[in-house]
Amino acid sequence: MTPKVAIRGLYKIFGADDKAMVPLVQGGMDKSTLLSAHRHVLGLCDINVDMQAGEITVIMGLSGSGKSTLIRHLNRLIDPTAGEILVDGTDVMALDAAQLRSMRQKRMSMVFQKFALLPHKTVLENAQLPLSVQGADAATQDAEGRKWLARVGLDGFEGRYPAQLSGGMQQRVGIARALTANTDIMLMDEAFSALDPLIRTDMQNLLLELQKELQKTIIFITHDLDEALKLADHLVILKDGAVVQQGEPQGILLHPADPYIEDFVSDINRARVLRVRSVMRPLQGEQFNGDVDANSNLEEMIAKSDGDTSHIYRVTENGETVGQLDMKDLVKALVPRLSGTHAAN
Amino acid sequence: MARYAAFFDTLGLRDWCDADKVDAPVSMAQLLAQAQGGDAAVDAPGLPFPSLDTLHEACARIGQTRDLTEGLENGFLAIRSELKFVLDPITQPLSWMLDGTLFVFESAPWWAMMPALLLLTWLVSRSRSVTWFVAFVLLFFAFIDHYEVAMQTLAIVFVCTGISVLFGVPIGIGMSKSDTAQRSIVPLLDLLQTLPTFVYLIPLIFLFSVTESKLYGIAIILYAIVPVIRLTDLGIRLVDRDVIEAANAFGLTAWQKLMRVELPLAMPNIMAGVNQTIMMSLAMVVIASLVSAPGLGVLVLRGIRALDLGVGIVAGLGIVLLAVVLDRVSKAALNRVDTRAKTK
Repeated sequence: MTPKVAIRGLYKIFGADDKAMVPLVQGGMDKSTLLSAHRHVLGLCDINVDMQAGEITVIMGLSGSGKSTLIRHLNRLIDPTAGEILVDGTDVMALDAAQLRSMRQKRMSMVFQKFALLPHKTVLENAQLPLSVQGADAATQDAEGRKWLARVGLDGFEGRYPAQLSGGMQQRVGIARALTANTDIMLMDEAFSALDPLIRTDMQNLLLELQKELQKTIIFITHDLDEALKLADHLVILKDGAVVQQGEPQGILLHPADPYIEDFVSDINRARVLRVRSVMRPLQGEQFNGDVDANSNLEEMIAKSDGDTSHIYRVTENGETVGQLDMKDLVKALVPRLSGTHAAN
Repeated sequence: MARYAAFFDTLGLRDWCDADKVDAPVSMAQLLAQAQGGDAAVDAPGLPFPSLDTLHEACARIGQTRDLTEGLENGFLAIRSELKFVLDPITQPLSWMLDGTLFVFESAPWWAMMPALLLLTWLVSRSRSVTWFVAFVLLFFAFIDHYEVAMQTLAIVFVCTGISVLFGVPIGIGMSKSDTAQRSIVPLLDLLQTLPTFVYLIPLIFLFSVTESKLYGIAIILYAIVPVIRLTDLGIRLVDRDVIEAANAFGLTAWQKLMRVELPLAMPNIMAGVNQTIMMSLAMVVIASLVSAPGLGVLVLRGIRALDLGVGIVAGLGIVLLAVVLDRVSKAALNRVDTRAKTK
């Protein structure tokens, strides 16, 4: 399957003579040497990521890891120093100004951390922005704007101004604006980071709900691992401008590639994040204490077994038996593996 | 007594110095003494700075400072007719606009003009108290027989502010888009703001006839256009970068970005600039009356010339009153623009 969006060998170096620095970095020079010896800042280093259509790709990293820089390369708000960005197979770098504008209008929409709504326009006018930029007629603009505002739960607020809404509601307008553009790719730059924890959970649920229905290709940036694990179909972890590990989130949690990731995932409530399908074994026995769904999380299993580790369950998915779950395996999976014990295994 | 004569002698330049010796025009010291009505002090003791005038005493070949100023004047006079040929037609519409507006403001009967101005105030400010205040001031001017001169001043301020905004806003936009433009225009704006007004009145008088209204029009505009340019530039540069980024991300063209995002968000700053421009053009009205601008300034001038204290003070306070009116109205307009952007 060809990816919807592919990043190939992407480098971003900040400085006056950035192109000349690429061979040095490719030759293995690290960030601090580059800064001290050549006064250039290494932003992104050899990024290769495939983003599949209809999936949520979460790029996560701490501040300064280059995640916001990376997402801005996709619609070329920032130009790369070297490398390719392929959207449906076409190189974004090859686009001229008009083609680039058309791509931003019709192929990719964006949701921002600080909402970035137009303060002098009403909520409805803000939601209509992508269509009015494209020159759609007033009736379409109105209908689409209202439809998506209602979809994100903002009907009745069309005539308000952004400053009259709470942060969560403003970001709903931001999402409605991105949806009105009717693009198949959505870029979300720390979209929920500025919101209170409870509202953040609401918004995550809203996004998952919308995604189930719309099947967009979403690229989501966050610094919050819980959020990343909740949303991601494909998780990319960035550190100092380079990808440390990428893959299916459960896999990363169970098999962290290096001590940095181990550290990272050690504080996570694994019982809530890990799912039965990630810890089950192939079917062997015949005696089972019951049937469980492959997508239940381990927390639900502990409740179901009432804490009894001798239980073994049959795992089903869509009515078919796919394996068995030994509660002892489940308990082991709850303990994060550290490098030392990892080697002993 | 030429103190530096020995210097030229040692260098063996005496012959060169004394060749075709002519009588010196005037030194700067003599010029200043002339202006103050005394004689130039002859050779103060000590070592004078080797300035052009001092060196000229020692060596006639070296020009005096007076030659510099005269050269400047001659240079200006040499290109004067060409300059006039170019500038005259370009600035002619300004004369027409000033004369036309003055004619309208003078000839419209007071019972039509006052309601029209009040309506304008209401439309711009949407404030009951400001409109009442303007009504009171207009009636006051009419009551003390200063209505006509006040209208003349108002007409001049309207035209000059209008033209300042017309040119100032685009220049400000240009400056905000290019750092090079900003770097080159800012010194010019500093110059316009600090150059004593009379200094640019002098070349203007050489260029245009004093009877033409564009003469004072240009003087006022040059002085008053500065704040609207500065604040347009500032306003656009201060627009939230996140919003600009969002505009880029949704594929707005440069023109759409300017009209839908940058100008509306910079509007409070631009309006503050317009307010300052109005104030500064009003401040120039008195000086402009030196070169035949009609209005309250003429009365102030008369107060100075004829030592007519009462006339001068009433007209001066009239200008203050007009300034307060224009300030309140434009501030009310600014507030209206400002609050719509935030909350109702």
